[in-house]
Amino acid sequence: MNRIQTAFEQKQNLLNIYFTAGYPALTDTMPMAQALVAAGADMLEIGMPFSDPMADGPVIQHSSTLALANGMNMRTLFGQLGPLRAALPDTPVLLMGYLNPVLQFGMENFCREAAAAGVDGVILPDLPVAEYEEEYAATFRRHGLRPVFLITPQTSEARIRHLDSISEAFLYLVSGPGITGNVGPADTTVQDDYFRRIEAMGLKTPRLIGFGIADKASYQRACAHADGAIIGSALIQALEGAPDAPAAAAAFVASIKN
Amino acid sequence: MTPSAITSYRTPTARGYYGEFGGAFVPEMLFPNVEELRTQYEEILASESFRTEYEQLLRDYVGRPTPLFEAQRLSEKYNTRVFLKREDLCHTGAHKINNTVGQILLAQRLGKTRIIAETGAGQHGVATATVCALMGLPCVVYMGSVDIERQAPNVARMRLLGAEVRTATSGSQTLKDATNEAIRDWLANPLDTHYIIGSVVGPHPYPDLVARLQSVISEEMRKQLLEKTGSELPDYVVACVGGGSNAAGAFYHFLDEPSVQLVAVEAAGHGIHSGHSAATSVLGTPGIIHGSRTLLMQDADGQITEPYSISAGLDYPGIGPLHAWLGTTGRARFIAITDDEALAGVSECARLEGIIPALETAHALAALGQLGAGPDDVVVVNLSGRGDKDLETYMKNFDKLV
Repeated sequence: MNRIQTAFEQKQNLLNIYFTAGYPALTDTMPMAQALVAAGADMLEIGMPFSDPMADGPVIQHSSTLALANGMNMRTLFGQLGPLRAALPDTPVLLMGYLNPVLQFGMENFCREAAAAGVDGVILPDLPVAEYEEEYAATFRRHGLRPVFLITPQTSEARIRHLDSISEAFLYLVSGPGITGNVGPADTTVQDDYFRRIEAMGLKTPRLIGFGIADKASYQRACAHADGAIIGSALIQALEGAPDAPAAAAAFVASIKN
Repeated sequence: MTPSAITSYRTPTARGYYGEFGGAFVPEMLFPNVEELRTQYEEILASESFRTEYEQLLRDYVGRPTPLFEAQRLSEKYNTRVFLKREDLCHTGAHKINNTVGQILLAQRLGKTRIIAETGAGQHGVATATVCALMGLPCVVYMGSVDIERQAPNVARMRLLGAEVRTATSGSQTLKDATNEAIRDWLANPLDTHYIIGSVVGPHPYPDLVARLQSVISEEMRKQLLEKTGSELPDYVVACVGGGSNAAGAFYHFLDEPSVQLVAVEAAGHGIHSGHSAATSVLGTPGIIHGSRTLLMQDADGQITEPYSISAGLDYPGIGPLHAWLGTTGRARFIAITDDEALAGVSECARLEGIIPALETAHALAALGQLGAGPDDVVVVNLSGRGDKDLETYMKNFDKLV
């Protein structure tokens, strides 16, 4: 059993927090992770910054631009992740990013280094499922890395069943159309119907809801329909201008969890 | 695939691959949209209702066929037979409208009620705004803030046509970033919106879709060449390449005619290795941009770098996957032309032929001296657009023009 599966077995209402590696400062990855976990984050999704993050809104793109300007890259990140894993032996850690930097690093190298640094799962939104299965599934498996697949309101039932059958981590339910950092809809009827539809499918894989989860209320609503939620942009926004980023991150998590 | 094993350069595989280039690397949020398009575009394009309406609009609205003009004085200067395919005479002043007419008819048949587009030089934005006005569909065009400034007349045109022009302020604030913003809009509006991509870039089926809609250019060239030279086949076809839509259209019906030399002209900016260039075939390496695996300009970490060209239509960090394939297999020859050479090409065409070309097109014209064409060779340059939109740049650089 991997750390992700263990977490879902032992906990309910999981809070997965996304933050961009190397933001606000290059060396913040470790203190951010420790502060988030101490404050109650159950899982960490660490963003590998990319110049052209097409599924992300302005908040995460801006943090990525600054992280890149700080000098963050894959090699540096892997160097930071080893000690991070030693400090947080039980917390599931996922890497989130886009395919191009991973391909330039080399998929084999990437998987090997990620596994060696104690990474549990990987989210690459622009890696199509079919491409993953044909080209990279064997590499992921060999290194014990779990891919996380996205589901949207438009994903067909057959496709959801297929994704469920090949998942060993969790399914990432995108809450609605759009990019990260959008606020959720005022009228949640359509969204609730979608969440309920997926809930009723009896999938074997746990589900986390992301996109548009920004505060305690939206977190709790997500938890009512899934195994937990993912928060990213709202956390990044809470860091802006904060004199002590890890402290601000901890305060943000506390505001969700307490 | 070795070049000898290639049976046709024209058609990608079912998954949208041209050799190792192409594919559809899109997030799950875009999967249904792209899949809808992929499963339906061929049938719609082949349908009689589409063909009839497309051909009628190209004739009566766009003004096709565009002339193939034998440029006597350019021919004399370069000691070869130069023909200009006058896409600059299309309605809205460039070849871009061939694609937007086709895609809006496609969008209607897919039941879409809202159109989005990206634009660099503004020609594709204007061509999209134009067909949206014609069909009564709301239109949002994304454009980098740098381009909004240097292509002000086209911004005014789009607004006059009723389109909303939205500023892309991220990254280099040019075409790449406008494309990112358009993709984000599509992610947010997956059901009612069709994204009219302006070049042979993006996820499959866009490169093939846009190439087919632009292929009317080379279809007409063959007929016109037969009339004027006695042969459908020229010795050279020359076109500029940013993403590569006019080149794809000009090459299309010659791709599988090995006697025809295809010449793709890129923007070298201040010089290929100056650090300020958009010469993707030289500076690019395989990677993924805007949903397609192709040659693109990136650093060692896979971050996409900012291209540069004086021309707003050529400073794209990638090229269409078809062109990446034509380049790596050697089917097409790539030439890079600097800003200054392009400006010289503008004045040469203006003064020798009485035609003021667009800055993008001027790169193709400036390659005439590098072809090595002989006196009996027939060279067709795709005159992709007219230069009205660039007058301000021309006036600023008047010393380099004269």
